[in-house]
Amino acid sequence: MIVEVGHYALALALALSLVQAVMPAWAARSGDAALREVAGPAALGTFACILFAFCALTYAHVASDFSVQNVVENSHTAKPLIYKISGVWGNHEGSMLLWVLILALFGAWVAGAKASVPPVLRTNVLMVQASITFVFVLFIITTSNPFARVAPAPLEGNDLNPLLQDAGLAIHPPLLYLGYVGFSISFAFAVAALIEGRIDAVWARAVRPWTLIAWSFLTLGIAMGSYWAYYELGWGGWWFWDPVENASLMPWIAGTALLHSTVVMEKRDALKVWTVLLAILTFSLSLVGTFIVRSGLLTSVHSFASDPSRGVFILGILALFIGGSLSLFAWRAPTLRQGGLFAPISREGALVLNNLFLVAACATVFVGTLYPLLLEMLTAEKISVGPPFFNWTFVPLALPLLVIVPFGQALAWKRGDIAAAAQRLLAAFALALVVGVVAAALTWGGPVMAPVGLGFGAYLIIGSALEIWSRARGYGQSRTRDLGTTWRRAVGLPRSAWGTALAHAGVGVVVLGIAGQGWATEGLATLKPGGQVAAGPYVATLDRVGPRKGENYEETTAFLTLRTKEGDAVGTVETGKRFYPSRRMTVTESGLKTVGVSQIYASLGEVMPDGSIGLRLYHKPLVLLIWIGALIMAAGGGLSLTDRRMRVGAPVKARAKLPPAAVPAE
Amino acid sequence: MMSRLRSALVALALGLVAVPALAVQPDEVLKDPAMETRARHISEGLRCLVCQNQSIDDSDAPLAKDLRVLVRERLKEGDSNEQVVDYVVARYGEFVLLRPVFGWHTLLLWLSPLLAVGLGAFGIWRLSRRRAPTKAEGLSEAEAAEVEALLKRP
Repeated sequence: MIVEVGHYALALALALSLVQAVMPAWAARSGDAALREVAGPAALGTFACILFAFCALTYAHVASDFSVQNVVENSHTAKPLIYKISGVWGNHEGSMLLWVLILALFGAWVAGAKASVPPVLRTNVLMVQASITFVFVLFIITTSNPFARVAPAPLEGNDLNPLLQDAGLAIHPPLLYLGYVGFSISFAFAVAALIEGRIDAVWARAVRPWTLIAWSFLTLGIAMGSYWAYYELGWGGWWFWDPVENASLMPWIAGTALLHSTVVMEKRDALKVWTVLLAILTFSLSLVGTFIVRSGLLTSVHSFASDPSRGVFILGILALFIGGSLSLFAWRAPTLRQGGLFAPISREGALVLNNLFLVAACATVFVGTLYPLLLEMLTAEKISVGPPFFNWTFVPLALPLLVIVPFGQALAWKRGDIAAAAQRLLAAFALALVVGVVAAALTWGGPVMAPVGLGFGAYLIIGSALEIWSRARGYGQSRTRDLGTTWRRAVGLPRSAWGTALAHAGVGVVVLGIAGQGWATEGLATLKPGGQVAAGPYVATLDRVGPRKGENYEETTAFLTLRTKEGDAVGTVETGKRFYPSRRMTVTESGLKTVGVSQIYASLGEVMPDGSIGLRLYHKPLVLLIWIGALIMAAGGGLSLTDRRMRVGAPVKARAKLPPAAVPAE
Repeated sequence: MMSRLRSALVALALGLVAVPALAVQPDEVLKDPAMETRARHISEGLRCLVCQNQSIDDSDAPLAKDLRVLVRERLKEGDSNEQVVDYVVARYGEFVLLRPVFGWHTLLLWLSPLLAVGLGAFGIWRLSRRRAPTKAEGLSEAEAAEVEALLKRP
């Protein structure tokens, strides 16, 4: 029964989103202000309906209602509760439902953010947002109904793919979707600006927090996916330039560019048309990503089902929104008044360079991902574009970007002084050089790029710290040498300044982690109990191999003791092979031992009949920094969001009630 | 990231149940460490033909294993790295290379980063050459009247 009500709620959401999309347009034509106000409540209603539908599906999964097709295909009574819940979005239908749930969540959020978004803009944004919701809910109802029943109901389900039964993967899709779908708000803002024919600093200030929210979540989602692949797939890589990964990386890069160009627009009233285009492109890339993953165009586990009708439907959605918004852009952009110009050596100049390299990097990933497909369609020639291509092209575009990050912060708006900026960054250059040289000397004969990478990482981190330091010290007459004053001023800096510095330092931390992989070592051996395998400075001894039983799997586990080459004990590590009887599938469970920010990674291979095992041992220096850095970046985004000027929703309303004098100056 | 999952799925589709986790097996490793390093380097650039976007170094598909063994055999017979790669390409076609060759059919692919930067730089240059921003024009009569009306509104 509750399943039918859920299905009905979804249909109701379809109707409500149509109302939300059409009424404001009608209102604009008839001039009926009351009609215009329908958009807000409709957005809340749509969200409530989709939330109910989602809860109904979750209930069916948790209660193991095997009369529902979706539950039969993806659940099992023996599955732990957390995976019964995460199994809701561990399949095509459920994950699309999560997609629209988040879409509606953002819609309702905008509807509630009355104080931070001007009313006409808000209505137009809700209108655009609702049209996206409508089409995707239509997609779910017509091609991917999660509430379809099956009769007679089987006694047991087919279980979730064991690779997806993992805590990391339970939260990966919601984070990723909060990012992907969050960019729909930036998109809706851009289209609303085009419709209104008006774009200014108010627009930029209103759109920035939404972009920042989406970006922060996408950063977390990508990092989570990368860490999951690292420990779950059994061979310790952290990025594979897989089409599905690229699909999430492209909106991230474009979103990063958007974040920076919006700053220029807010502060300098420039780059308006470009920012609008970037907002359209960022969400378009999210849609392309959804298409790549959902259509089964590039087969992988992400495309849980490959049904051509779905692919064609999503292609239609792509054509409608990307084609439609770009046509609107071509038609309306010339009417937007171009903003001011600026000198090339200035903070905005650096931000333009940032955009240039980010967009070029994004274009490269885009071309690299889709080129083989296009070439095959046009000429029937088959080529592969793999990691070596991306390493050759992406890295040279990323390096100049890293160089200009601290410069961008050190340069002033309008007219910067590059010599003064370089002077301010002198300490960063010097310390980065020291780090690089010391690392090279300590690891003489090793890979060349690793110490260079460490130097780059140090440069970024110190550059960010210097930015806070010199802003706290002050310039010109207000310059201080007193540490107490410096401290007080540093604390008093706007949160967005701290957020920026933190996010940029996070990039530096990621670079350190990547550089560390240059020194990764690996050992490979067939072992009997008592046997040893070495990787880098560590030696693993196989103590025993034995069976172990989990809630819904049986595991063959290898128990290892780790020591340094000198014989000091480091700890124990266990790696196993899990057999899931429900799917008759075996997955490898890698064993990780963390030493500081480095990890020792053990992965069990074949278990021979004579009791010996294949074992792979990796030493991954600094590897955790890759994900810690991403966390720091997202934390920087979050910190910026707490800045007075960036708050969305309730806090702004609370502030609006206060008399201006009661607001403490920052 | 999905490559291993894919091979798992491929294995499932083929009816193989157990999915071994290691790619390079201990018995495949060459005795000469320098030659093994070369073999690994070559393997990383060769695609496992029955998997998606996965190198033979990472894949546990039987065909990938055959290719790894083939690479090592050619190396033992004294082939240079290039000769080994050419040999494999001659047998399996260009599809096997994870780094596409530079040629007419891949010109656009390889030039895409340069094109993107070039076009972008050109755009910025065009923009910076545009005449200085138009001076803020005074209000038109209609606009002045509107401002007046707004200011007078109670």
